[in-house]
Amino acid sequence: MSLAREVLHILENQARLQKFSRVHAVTVTIGPLAAVDGPALHFAFEAVTQGTLAEGAELHMEHPAARGCCRHCGHCFTMDSWLTPCPHCGGPAQAEGGQEMQVKDLQVSDEGMRRR
Amino acid sequence: MCTVCGCGDEEHKHEGHGGNTRQVSVETDLLARNDAHARDNRAWFERERVLALNLVSSPGSGKTHLLTATIERLRDRLPMAVIEGDQQTRRDADRIRQTGVPAVQINTGKGCHLDAHGVGHACEALEPPRGGILFIENVGNLVCPAAFDLGEARRVVVLSVTEGDDKPFKYPDMFQSAHVMIVNKLDLLPHVDFDMDACIEQARRLNPGMEVFQLSARTGQGMEAWVQWLEAQCSGRGAISDGQELETLRQRVAELESRLQQAGLMKS
Repeated sequence: MSLAREVLHILENQARLQKFSRVHAVTVTIGPLAAVDGPALHFAFEAVTQGTLAEGAELHMEHPAARGCCRHCGHCFTMDSWLTPCPHCGGPAQAEGGQEMQVKDLQVSDEGMRRR
Repeated sequence: MCTVCGCGDEEHKHEGHGGNTRQVSVETDLLARNDAHARDNRAWFERERVLALNLVSSPGSGKTHLLTATIERLRDRLPMAVIEGDQQTRRDADRIRQTGVPAVQINTGKGCHLDAHGVGHACEALEPPRGGILFIENVGNLVCPAAFDLGEARRVVVLSVTEGDDKPFKYPDMFQSAHVMIVNKLDLLPHVDFDMDACIEQARRLNPGMEVFQLSARTGQGMEAWVQWLEAQCSGRGAISDGQELETLRQRVAELESRLQQAGLMKS
């Protein structure tokens, strides 16, 4: 819920900076190793945007692949979770990225502004 | 592609899908505000030579008991303070104050974790325990607190043997981000099916550098190693920070001198 509030806070800031009054769609980038659950963020986003500039906005999520390299043999591979073992030797991975949580871009307009 | 509904039809219309919408780039981290507050907190802890520890666990692992037992052993050796995070009640802060150590309670209400902003404000109400330890007891939850940096020097995850030995793999976000794992309630080990080696192996698979302490805050077994580790962390910190403090003061004096010169109040 606090992450959804942060998304709304970012939208309200950007509305001032980039001069728009309505948000129709939001694209967020969520790495597979980020501590956030997609469906929960969807639910919370819908709840916190009621009566705001982003009410009814679509929330799209992009999940970039996380790379990791084996701590034992050095082989690099794609990680789906913190527990993904090395496909070569089964060793544990050192993650390189994958924890991104970012508002990437928005689809906006200057019409239909809803006031609180 | 229509960026509103995701369809491939460029021609159809619905609210927001027409000629009058535009795409704007944002690229802002969701945790940017928290991380900025955490940086401020970390700078304050370093300036005041305070070792800040963020204690995280599931509810009921014995964090508060661990703190009171730790304080009893270190009370005469180090200055300490505690920030207590709970959804409701002031019970934990009261328990800490009974040991004679200052404590501030943060009630998060519906919130499931502490954040750096709240911790920053709690610090305003505390006399910094210079050269000692600030324990920040997070809300009992192994999920959400993982994402929120409070500005701590070390994150300490507490787990009790009654919870099961597979906690690290069940909550990898938390265990991979922690520096220290404390396995508490060691006195109950003979009564439960808890495979200590398997638990430690899971934790170190996620984080090979994990420091591990096995102890019972109730009986005192294993407490000495933990307390010695805390003292070692503080002694290193004080020595480094004295040099840093001196350097900060030198810079401040130079800055003031240059301002006086600019104002013509001091000859160069």
